[in-house]
Amino acid sequence: MHEEQKPELEQTLDQIETLAKNHETREGASSWECVLRSRQQGRPGAKLFIDLICDSFMEMHGDRLYGDDPAMIGGVGLVEGRAITFIGNRKGANLKENVLCNYGMSNPEGYRKALRLAKQAEKFGRPIVCFIDTPGAYPGLGAEERGIGEAIAQNLKVFSTLKTPILCFIIGEGGSGGALGIGVGDKLYMLEHAVYSVITPEGFASILLRDPSKAKEAAEAMKMTSYHLKEFSVIHDIIAEGSAQETAMRIKQTILRDLDVLCSKPAEHLVRYRIKKIRGIGEVSGGKEWWQPLLEVFKKTQSLN
Amino acid sequence: MVELCPNCQKEVESGPYRICPSCNYYFPLTVQQRIALFADPGSFVEMATEMKSMNPISLAGYEDKLKENEKKSSLSDAVSIGSCSIENQPVIVGIMSFAFMGGSMGSVVGEKITQAMLEGALRGEPVILFTASGGARMQEGIFSLMQMAKTASAAALMEETRTPLFLVLTNPTTGGVTASFAMLGDVILAEPGAVIGFAGPRVIEGTIGQKLPEGFQRSEFQLKKGFIDALVERASLRSTLSFLIKTHTKGGAVYA
Repeated sequence: MHEEQKPELEQTLDQIETLAKNHETREGASSWECVLRSRQQGRPGAKLFIDLICDSFMEMHGDRLYGDDPAMIGGVGLVEGRAITFIGNRKGANLKENVLCNYGMSNPEGYRKALRLAKQAEKFGRPIVCFIDTPGAYPGLGAEERGIGEAIAQNLKVFSTLKTPILCFIIGEGGSGGALGIGVGDKLYMLEHAVYSVITPEGFASILLRDPSKAKEAAEAMKMTSYHLKEFSVIHDIIAEGSAQETAMRIKQTILRDLDVLCSKPAEHLVRYRIKKIRGIGEVSGGKEWWQPLLEVFKKTQSLN
Repeated sequence: MVELCPNCQKEVESGPYRICPSCNYYFPLTVQQRIALFADPGSFVEMATEMKSMNPISLAGYEDKLKENEKKSSLSDAVSIGSCSIENQPVIVGIMSFAFMGGSMGSVVGEKITQAMLEGALRGEPVILFTASGGARMQEGIFSLMQMAKTASAAALMEETRTPLFLVLTNPTTGGVTASFAMLGDVILAEPGAVIGFAGPRVIEGTIGQKLPEGFQRSEFQLKKGFIDALVERASLRSTLSFLIKTHTKGGAVYA
C-alpha cells in the first residue's frame, strides 16, 4: 500500500465505525426481563423479518455436504431492487415449528449452509444480512460427530475476510458460539430487548454461582443486554422495538442506510475495518500497541494477493 | 518419581515423557516440560510476559480467582507465547496451561494467541499452538466470546500471508477454543487419548438422555471422524514438527 493512501483508509474505518448512530444509549428493561423477552414465544423471528423486509425472497436449502438444517434459514431476497443474501437462525413460530427447527439450535449443516451462501454472496457481489436468534449450537451426539466446533470455527475465519458487506442483527437470543457462528460482520446491531452472551444465565449460574436457580442474578452479573454491549462497544447500535412491522422497517432502514456507505468502499477496506474492530475487543493490562503491526500484516497480505 | 495416575489409579513412574506405563495416560506437562520436548535447548524466548487479565465486566470475585490461580500455577494466565527454534528452524509457539483456570480463553489468552499468530505472519515463520482448554472464560462475559472471532480472524490473515499454522491438541480441548483457532490449523495433531470436542460430555448426555459411548470425543475418535490429521506421541513430537516445518515453508515448496 502506498503511504498517501493511509489517511483514506483511516477515514473509511472511522466512517464505518461512526456510521449513523441514531439511538441514544439508555438503560431500559432489566437484564432478566430482556432474557425472558428475547425468548418469548411469538417474538418476531428471522423468517418474519425477512418476509417483511424483502419484496421477494427465495429460500435456498442444504450445505451440499450432508443435509439441510431447518434451524438455519438462508436465501436471496430483493430489497428495493437490491439483491441481498439473508442468513438467520430459525426457532419457528409455534410449538410444531419449534420442534422442527430444534428450537433454533443448529447442527454443523446449518453453519455450513450459511458458509456456502456467504461465499455465493461474495461471488456475486451481494451484501449479507444475518439475523441471530439462538440459544446456542446444538449440543448433540451427531453435532459432535460431524464437527460442530470445526463448522463454527470455519465461519468465524471465512466471514472475517469475506469481500462483501456483512450486517448482523441480534434479534432475540444471542447464545454463545452458536450465535457468533453467523455473527462476524462489518456492523453489529441488537434489538432493544435482545441479549448476547458467552453462556446462558442458567449455565453461568450452575457453573460459576453453583446454583442453577440463580439465573436471574447471573443475568445481571453477565451484562448481556443491548445497553451493556453498546457500552462495551461490542455492538454498534441498539434498534428500538415496536410492532413486528415497525421493528422490521427500522431494520430495513438501517440496512439501506449502511449499504449506501459500505457498498461505496473497496472490499479490502471493509475487511480491514472488520478485523480491526474484532482485534480491538478485549481488556488486558500490559499489552502493547497492536494497530501498526496489524497494518504491517495487511500490507503483507496485499503484496501477496 | 512415583505418582498416582488419575486415569488407572495405579502408582506409576511416568518417565521423561510423563506417560503412564500402565494405561498410556498422558499427564499434563508444564510449559517448560513441553518446550523441552520439541525446542532446541535454550532457544525459547518468551513474549508478552507483562500481559495480565483485567475484570472487564466487573464480576465479583474474579480478581481474587486470578490471584489464586497465579499463585497455584506460577503462571500469569492460561497461555505462554514466544519464539524458539526446532532443529534450527525458527518458529513462534503458544502453549496453553489447563492449570490456570482450566485453560479458559479470556482477553489475555485471545490477545496472546492472536499476537503469536500475527507475529508468525509478519516474520514469515510457522506458528505452533498447543491447546488445553475448557473453553471460553465465562468470568469475562461477552469479551471472552469475542476472542473466538479475534483468533479466527488472525488465522484468516495467516491464510492470506501463507503462514503455516500447526495445532497440537492436548487433553482437554473443548468449547470456544475448539470452535475457533484449534480447528483452523493447516495441520492439526493431537495427543493420544485427549478429549476434543465442542460441548462438554455432561451437557451432551443431558441433551440425549443417555450415557456417551466409550471413547466419544477422544482424539482417536476425532481422527476417525476426519477432524485431525494425525496422533502424535511425545517421543516423536520434535521430529514430527520439524518435518512439518520443512514441508510447509519456502524451502520445501517445489512449485513456487
